[in-house]
Amino acid sequence: MPDLTKTYDVLIAGGGNAALCAAITARQAGASVLLLEHAPRAFRGGNSRHTRNLRAMHERPTDVLTEAYGEEEYWDDLKRVTGGNTDETLARMTIRASSGVFEWMADCGVHFQPSLTGTLNLSRTNAFFLGGGKALVNAYYLTAERLGVVVAYDSEVLALKLRDGAVREVDITYRGYPYTVQARCVVASSGGFQANLDWMRQYWGDAVDNFVIRGTPYNRGKVLKNLLDQGVATVGDPTQFHAVALDARAPQFDGGITTRLDSVPYSVVVNQHGDRFYDEGEDVWPKRYAIWGRLIAQQPSQIAYSLFDAKALQLFMPSVYPAVRADSIGELAVKLELDPAKVQDTVAQYNASIGTGKFDNSRLDDCGTVGLDPPKTNWARAIDTGPFYGYPLRPGITFTYLGVRVNERAQVLLENGQPTGNLYASGEIMAGNILGRGYLAGFGMTIGTVFGRIAGQEAARHARN
Amino acid sequence: MHATEATTTLRREVEICNACRYCEGFCAVFPAIELKREFAEADLSYLANLCHGCRGCYYACQYAPPHEWGINLPRSFAEVRAESYEDYAWPRPLAGLFQRNGTVMALATAAAIALVLIVTMAIQAPGMILATRAVVPGEFYAVIPLAAMQVIGIATFGFSLVALAMSVRNYWRDAGSERTIGLPAVLVALGDVLTLRNLGGGGHGCNDNSERFSMTRRWLHHAMAYGFLLCFAATCVGFAYDAVFGWAAPYQFFSVPVLLGTVGGIGLLVGTGGLFAMKLVDDPMPAALKLLGTDVAMLLLLALAAKTGLLLLLLRATGLMPIMLALHLGVIFALFVTLPYSKMVHGLYRGAALLRNAMEKDQAPLGGGGG
Repeated sequence: MPDLTKTYDVLIAGGGNAALCAAITARQAGASVLLLEHAPRAFRGGNSRHTRNLRAMHERPTDVLTEAYGEEEYWDDLKRVTGGNTDETLARMTIRASSGVFEWMADCGVHFQPSLTGTLNLSRTNAFFLGGGKALVNAYYLTAERLGVVVAYDSEVLALKLRDGAVREVDITYRGYPYTVQARCVVASSGGFQANLDWMRQYWGDAVDNFVIRGTPYNRGKVLKNLLDQGVATVGDPTQFHAVALDARAPQFDGGITTRLDSVPYSVVVNQHGDRFYDEGEDVWPKRYAIWGRLIAQQPSQIAYSLFDAKALQLFMPSVYPAVRADSIGELAVKLELDPAKVQDTVAQYNASIGTGKFDNSRLDDCGTVGLDPPKTNWARAIDTGPFYGYPLRPGITFTYLGVRVNERAQVLLENGQPTGNLYASGEIMAGNILGRGYLAGFGMTIGTVFGRIAGQEAARHARN
Repeated sequence: MHATEATTTLRREVEICNACRYCEGFCAVFPAIELKREFAEADLSYLANLCHGCRGCYYACQYAPPHEWGINLPRSFAEVRAESYEDYAWPRPLAGLFQRNGTVMALATAAAIALVLIVTMAIQAPGMILATRAVVPGEFYAVIPLAAMQVIGIATFGFSLVALAMSVRNYWRDAGSERTIGLPAVLVALGDVLTLRNLGGGGHGCNDNSERFSMTRRWLHHAMAYGFLLCFAATCVGFAYDAVFGWAAPYQFFSVPVLLGTVGGIGLLVGTGGLFAMKLVDDPMPAALKLLGTDVAMLLLLALAAKTGLLLLLLRATGLMPIMLALHLGVIFALFVTLPYSKMVHGLYRGAALLRNAMEKDQAPLGGGGG
């Protein structure tokens, strides 16, 4: 049993990548550290256990990254996906720091994959963890425990009690029993609130019952809510989240990467009424997959169906569930519980409007439809070669954007703009400062790592003084 | 390979792995999975035998138990692997020896030792068994005639070689490649076998019984495997010394067969002892408990071969020599007889799987996008 009676230099709320980076860094700086992870040991690591890579700036090829990815290109990418919804100072600081994390990560036992096949062609911009995010989390826990960080699982932080702008005590439950813990500094690394369906319901109504949460069920946003209630400054639109198209048969929580579907650009997507509603071939999939979650969330009953034929089956990564298969479009519609006449009509209209372009799945091929609304601008081929396949799709929520406002020292700011006295934040709970909208693969892990280390360093320094 | 509960379980897991692919840096298994969309029994047999059981994928898996999908590839692969040994065994009536393999191995060893002892007693006057003697050439044959050693050795080992060859042929026809085997692929596969490149998470080591990476298992396996090869070389050189050059055993300590056997025996003892000790502190989750008998029987038999061989070397100038010789030959006899029906077959099937893997290296994974 961890000692919950002593006063720790640094208390970390959370147990994912950002929490671990903060805990290890603070301990390396000489602080006594208590890390409180809500999940049991088997499910430790928050959403980090479902991640796979980290986006890193680099001026020349390294053993895990190809070519170069400079600060300006990185910043341009971020500006584009966020539509300017970012803080340039914090963003550039994070980008610059991302090039220097590898040695420290390697010292913590994190291994990287030398090169990569298949996925998204990200090997220029993103370094891939060998074995994925859970392997990274494992390495960090081993390192934290070796250094003497006190780790408590099944420990939910309920309240960080602020008085005069500083955390005075922390209310938690440990294995279901309530405790009040003392700490000189606190780092909030407890993620967003996407697994708190009641909170989401305030903005989305009963549609949330049709949402799939891709990651951990332990991100309930309790710390975030508690801080907002105490006058901490916020960032990010509370109603917004990052969502992708998932196989509708996915489990409600923790399905992770394997339930996402990449069939959209090679298919037509219809809603429950059998109508198409968006250009499936608007851009290459890595640039479009993140908008489809929201698109489906706006459809009736938050469901859609990706329909394609035998020609397309091998063009994308398999999902964890087999596609629904039929010998005709009508039969497929019946199997998917759609109106067969309507679906046949939609597919027939689509097939009749295929243009003359030449299909090429390796690029934007301008092989689009003519006179169709909405159009399909690329990779439009007739759906005519049986057997026919379909996947049911639902919105899969990755993370929420709402967070606490921080400065470049990872200090949490109050509504009056003043920094709190001893409260720091890292990871998803503050990522909205930098990624206020949109998505950049592997950037969440970058923010978590960079701000985790800053928060750990600053908290340890403050605790010693 | 026929369909069983184990192949059904494995197929479900491998299909999930194919949609995830996070583990592709660990070993050859995951890139091999990415070449397929559908997995026939033969494919599962190939993948199962390609798996070296390092467990990197188990501890890294976001879907490992208690996740509702309960992915546990090391265990599922081991179970299909065990069934594949039985499926490919030759001749067919002996395939059942893979069931309750620990018991079979123990009984075979006991029977072999007893047989050699009884034969020794029957041939020799009981009085000479405990007499002190000097290490002089030809002395071993006074205990067990050379002809008897050679006939029994060649007959049992010869049968085992034939049985192994037929088994591997069965395996290759089912789960091998239809392409022509080329020398480059053979060399790649041989390199994989000799270095155990795939045992140890892309070069960082195995997960022995926790999230921690370690090279212990790889080094112990090397000690055991190379120890075994040295001992086998010692046996071959000894055989040649007598059959070709007419030099009779026992040989001086500083002779090629004795030195090879001594170094090899020590390697075998270290390797088998270490691997056995690891079983005692194993994590039961990724382990396939019903295979424990097969694994432990093999480790103990190899350890016994090394121990009796080294003891024979130590005691050969004493009155205990005849008993030690009989014990050692009994163990070797058991090793030869059970060879095609023991854990030893894993080396051949895995070598064959690595060969197919080397032959398919030019293929690209299916399905590009995703993330």
